[in-house]
Amino acid sequence: MKATVLVRPKPGILDPQGKAVEDSLRHLGFKVDEARVGRLLDLEVEGTDPEAARAQVERMCAELLANPLIESYEIELGETT
Amino acid sequence: MTEPAPRIAVVVFPGSNDDRDAALALETLGAEPVLHWHAEPELPAVGAVVLPGGFSYGDYLRAGAIARFSPAMQAVAEYATNGGYVLGICNGFQVLCEAGLLPGVLRPNESLSFVCRDVAVRVERNDAPFLAACETGQRLTIPVKHGEGCYFADAELLAELERNRQIVLRYEGESPNGSIDDIAGVVNADGNVMGLMPHPEHAVDPLLGSSDGALILQALVERARERLLAAA
Repeated sequence: MKATVLVRPKPGILDPQGKAVEDSLRHLGFKVDEARVGRLLDLEVEGTDPEAARAQVERMCAELLANPLIESYEIELGETT
Repeated sequence: MTEPAPRIAVVVFPGSNDDRDAALALETLGAEPVLHWHAEPELPAVGAVVLPGGFSYGDYLRAGAIARFSPAMQAVAEYATNGGYVLGICNGFQVLCEAGLLPGVLRPNESLSFVCRDVAVRVERNDAPFLAACETGQRLTIPVKHGEGCYFADAELLAELERNRQIVLRYEGESPNGSIDDIAGVVNADGNVMGLMPHPEHAVDPLLGSSDGALILQALVERARERLLAAA
């Protein structure tokens, strides 16, 4: 089963990378109020039960994929392959 | 007869690059450094452990995030929990934070630039085990060289660190990385685990501009000696 994890810097956390992107976009003439840079992980996890898969990916996020002090995450489950 | 040189492990991760400098500095200061490969699950009998600088596992995901799963780190965690002395320098500091052995996290520098220069740090307390040779308020000159040294703790954690006096080193003058409250080094609640971004192992010989780093490493060597004597 496919799972996608979106990891984002928490609101209020300084994101220098996002700031640099934001400044560059402005340089190009785009009207941007804010840009934040996160991380996307595409996973292929075992099993077909969405509940079990979600629980497993939750644990992955808690143990490795995100640092709860500075990052939030969202999990999206894809179709069974 | 001279006192025996206390053994101190320097953990070597794939991507460590200050392991030899750390070992050389410890040897110069009277210790017997033992380079310890990250895949080894058991620590040798040592009086202290140093996690050196570098880019363990390529800094993938987040600096230090992968290194904490190495077999050596499981042993280091156990060692620290049992009161063993652990010093994390730069990437070693990042690993200790990711492993939960130290509070907080190190993020990309505010400037997004890699910073390599001497910095001044103020010793906030000299009753921490590795700062015993310093004076509280003393200003040390030690180089930093990092891209991810911006220390962060949220308001709640910061208050806790202040309350427990866990902030042991602060940058003076212009911050190299934008760390919250100018934090350059912290200890765990018991004080036996310390992490700092500056590199004391690069400042042990006046020929290289400063020997202030020796004050920290010498104290580490002494603590290691005491611990080994106490265990003997």
